[in-house]
Amino acid sequence: MIPAPFEYEAAESAGHALELLARHGEDAKLLAGGHSLLPMMKLRLAFPSVVIDIGRVGELAGIRADGDDLLIGATTCHADVAASDLVRSQAPLLAYAAAQVGDPQIRHRGTIGGSVAHADPAADLPMALVALGGSLEISGPGGPRTVSADDFFAGFFETSLEPDELLTAVRVPRRPGPDWGYQKFVRRANDWAIVGVAVAGGRIALANMGPVPVRAVAAEQALAGGASVADAAALAAEGTDPAEDIHADRAYRQHLARILTRRALEHQTG
Amino acid sequence: MQIELTVNGAPRSDEVEPRLLLVHYLRQRCGLRAANVGCDTTSCGACTVLVNGRSVKSCTMLAVQAAGQEITTAEGLATGGEMHPVQQAFRQEHGLQCGFCTPGMVMAAAGLLAENPHPTEAEVREGLEGNFCRCTGYHNIVRAVLSAAEEMSA
Amino acid sequence: MSILGTRVVRTEDPGFLTTGAVYTDDVVDERLAGTCHVFFVRSPIAHARIRAVDVSAALESPGVIAAFTGAALADLPPLAPPMPDLVDGRMAQPLLARDVVRYVGEPVAVVITEDTYQGEDAAELVSADYDPLPAVVDLAAAADDPPSLLFPEAGTNVTATFGDASALQADLFDGCEVVVSRTIVNQRVAPAPMETRAAAAVWGDDGRLTAWIPNQGAQGTRGALAAMLAIDPSSLRIITPDVGGAFGAKFGADPEHAVVCWVARQLGRPARWAETRNENMIAMTHGRAQRQTITIGGSRDGTVTAYRLEILQDSGAYPRFGAFLPALTILMAPGPYAISRAEAVARSVVTNTTPVGAYRGAGRPEATAAVERAIDMFAAEIGRDPAEVRRVNLLPKFTQPHRTAFGAVYDSGDYVTALDAALDAAGYAALRAEQARRRAAGDVTQLGIGLASYVEITGAGAESGAPRENATVEVFPDGSATILTGTSPHGQGHATVWAMLASEELGIPVDRITVKWGDTDLIPEGGGTGGSRSLQQGGVAVRQASLELLEVARERAAAALEANPADLVFEPERSAFEVAGDPDAAVPLAKLAVEERLVVRTVFIAPGATFPFGAHVAVVEVDTETGKVVLRRVVTVDDAGTVINPLLAEGQRHGGIAQGAAQAFLEEVLYDADGNPLTATFADYPFLSATEVPSFELADMATPTSYNPLGVKGIGEAGTIGATPAVQNAVIDALAHLGVRHIDLPATPQRVWRALQDVSAGKDA
Repeated sequence: MIPAPFEYEAAESAGHALELLARHGEDAKLLAGGHSLLPMMKLRLAFPSVVIDIGRVGELAGIRADGDDLLIGATTCHADVAASDLVRSQAPLLAYAAAQVGDPQIRHRGTIGGSVAHADPAADLPMALVALGGSLEISGPGGPRTVSADDFFAGFFETSLEPDELLTAVRVPRRPGPDWGYQKFVRRANDWAIVGVAVAGGRIALANMGPVPVRAVAAEQALAGGASVADAAALAAEGTDPAEDIHADRAYRQHLARILTRRALEHQTG
Repeated sequence: MQIELTVNGAPRSDEVEPRLLLVHYLRQRCGLRAANVGCDTTSCGACTVLVNGRSVKSCTMLAVQAAGQEITTAEGLATGGEMHPVQQAFRQEHGLQCGFCTPGMVMAAAGLLAENPHPTEAEVREGLEGNFCRCTGYHNIVRAVLSAAEEMSA
Repeated sequence: MSILGTRVVRTEDPGFLTTGAVYTDDVVDERLAGTCHVFFVRSPIAHARIRAVDVSAALESPGVIAAFTGAALADLPPLAPPMPDLVDGRMAQPLLARDVVRYVGEPVAVVITEDTYQGEDAAELVSADYDPLPAVVDLAAAADDPPSLLFPEAGTNVTATFGDASALQADLFDGCEVVVSRTIVNQRVAPAPMETRAAAAVWGDDGRLTAWIPNQGAQGTRGALAAMLAIDPSSLRIITPDVGGAFGAKFGADPEHAVVCWVARQLGRPARWAETRNENMIAMTHGRAQRQTITIGGSRDGTVTAYRLEILQDSGAYPRFGAFLPALTILMAPGPYAISRAEAVARSVVTNTTPVGAYRGAGRPEATAAVERAIDMFAAEIGRDPAEVRRVNLLPKFTQPHRTAFGAVYDSGDYVTALDAALDAAGYAALRAEQARRRAAGDVTQLGIGLASYVEITGAGAESGAPRENATVEVFPDGSATILTGTSPHGQGHATVWAMLASEELGIPVDRITVKWGDTDLIPEGGGTGGSRSLQQGGVAVRQASLELLEVARERAAAALEANPADLVFEPERSAFEVAGDPDAAVPLAKLAVEERLVVRTVFIAPGATFPFGAHVAVVEVDTETGKVVLRRVVTVDDAGTVINPLLAEGQRHGGIAQGAAQAFLEEVLYDADGNPLTATFADYPFLSATEVPSFELADMATPTSYNPLGVKGIGEAGTIGATPAVQNAVIDALAHLGVRHIDLPATPQRVWRALQDVSAGKDA
């Protein structure tokens, strides 16, 4: 299975990428690592007439500290996020989440920006960013803007990115220390989560419990109100409307959300 | 469009269409057919090669993305007619049967050992989660990688 | 020093590891210059009348040479079901669908293009109009209350019947203190070899077709293709490149292979096809797919006295070998047990799903899974240790052939020893103690120990005549040798093992012996590789040919040495004939090939099928909160007689165990109620990866058979047969103390969780 034909443009800078996006409009898609876009194109679920390659734009990659935050360039690949000493010490949940994506080969190419912009509700990084209270730095014809992770994921595989905008970086608050947990429930190694849970500092984010990564608000509030981990986790599925598929029906997904939230709140990874 | 890259140490310059997948470029244009296409969903890893020393599924990379990069395939792993220690170990440990997954498995293993020279059995299994094998049950593949690790660090 | 029984690394490997093996899609041959590429258009709907297929837009697509629909192939016969006496021959698959499509993925049209990428573009432009018909998906309904008939002229969806359901004895279980019954599933799985299907075909000026096709027996493929192309087999040459796995699904030929050959003839140029994985998942034959009602009865002391197996086999849309498999399931129904009263019946039905064929074990895993589940259910009902119940009921050791009530003649068996050896290697008592500790502590993660005792049939005869295989051995003046075999390896290592067998007799080093197979011009007869037949027929034939060659050589040596043939001794160490007592009076074997070719062809005829056997112990951990199963250990005894190359035999066991385990807790082909496939990619189908299985623990046991001089049986499928029930039983065992009595294959986390929910709710689980 191979993509439908398209034209290829290699962006030389972020600005150049924006020009190309403006020129080609909705017919164009950005290509970084290509491990969200190319699989879709190979199945012909996506068929842009123009592909704009930002994979070689140096200014879009890299990890640095920026005050109370870490700033991670959008085209930084998962393997580099996972291995970064800075991320491992300052936002260990993010390093862990990046290490869960797919398999080693996928992590060598897939990028944090690409994964986040793809917005698969079952994916690791969108959930992790919501748990961390991260935000997304976006560049567009109207200038730069920042959107919180809570507001960024608009719907099923949909973000608040406009077609003429470029995600340039991911910003996460520095949160060193062991107060985080992560659970990714799969049947088989490199699957997407049947249900995923990431917790950090009182925030609980769920993957594959709805069309976007969702916050387990009732559970968070219970925790904030002094409830035990077990009692809070029992509320993890409140307000969720998970889809049914070959792996899990609704009731089972909600059950998993409760169990995995409890385990994540106990600072377990798995 | 014209791309220039290095394949198994040799420079190449080729005219390719944008949608040409790297795996097809290697197989059809370079005549390097060890890497195989085993799936359509970036799942099986039979197409794994090294790009700048890192394991990559070449079915999910465009040849145009490989411009300016260094690609190593199973054919390029052996040097001077001598099999690479990973390849030797696969043979010694009977880590292949039908052989279809093997070049990709070998390249994934080579990439794994480059990043983690002393993996545990669990780390080997996790490190190969992107490579499917239907014949061996993975048992001897794991033994081969552990054996190669020992050989390479001796 | 005998080479047999030693761990010889494979001669095939250096090429496989460096430049890669040469699979059909890799073949470069001047005869294929100017090839065109074939791409299939497939039905997106499970059951429908075809109103029209319009290729006009596709013909305008870049690079398109031609496009054809079923009408173009109207004068070619359809692919007929196998065993036409047993399976309804009217249920035949046209090479391209004509009036009706019967499964999602059925080939409906082909587009032919100059290069490979253009085919998919053109295929998207083919438009087909379908009038949907009710889809038959539910197996039980398909037989007795179908929403529609796939072949109205047949008047039924039942394609084959085995045994006589009206002859089942109502009083079979009379006198049993305990009777347990349940309807269970042996689910549909995808063989999913790493290499998908492919073909390359060219017609010569002499009107002969040469076709490169990955297969499990070139001779069978030739016959199947010749039938579909309505030509004489002699007009067709099959060449078998390296094959990237098969597992039963590459026997014979599929409609697509015939279409590719037809296209090459139609267009007067070579044609090639390489299937995508997504096509493979819906259009290569599937495996297993039985619904089984098992009933078992006996006394509280553990003796089983009666067993009944009723099978509903899903054939898929067109009966292929899968429709016939229940016959093998019935043959092996009682397994290794001495059950005084046993009966089995089966029906095969067509449904609007992918056709079902052979898959590693082909009918025998289904038998073992059924009886092993039954034994465990019986043991649970009477509150006894499943190991003890097996011990009590296993046939005692026998060295003379034993005929079962189902007509199978087991050649030799020692089932209790195998079970005890597996239990011992597993540390059974310690495992039960650990299980007890976790149960008492109410641990979230419970331990399950599952057993399976099995016997299986290998090397069964071909459709006609006794099991047999041919081999040709030739020695050359330069000291090298060539073997021609009728087997067809696709990972099993015949190039190495057949060379070992010849080397043993002829004293020629393994790396100077070339083994050839799979070219029907070179080797017109052969049974291929499947059903674990190759070593016990093909390998034995190689040894026999080598010995016969030595007898021919002996006469020549006698003449050369001016001695009496009876006074000569052949010394394998020197690969030479010597006058007994006078080593200087010697002539090398190779020298005897100088004046006249030194070559022998022989046929080994086996007395019958052989019956390997064994026992598996599986250890799982079950997370009682999430239902997730983790496979911790698989300990096996797989006795397939004498072991010729332990390195390769172990590899066959590992691979078999992994596939068997995968069926127990992971893999499953699913359809929705309309017949749409839900697991049609490697992302959706939970193909086993390295992290889901541990390293396996193999214990050795080798009980030679008297059926051939090497004492060998077949090892290829045994691991699969034992592992599925062992792992399934382990999962249920982990939760037995909570009241769980059964969990269907595969034991997915949701199924496990549901079983736990059902027992807490007081429902029968």
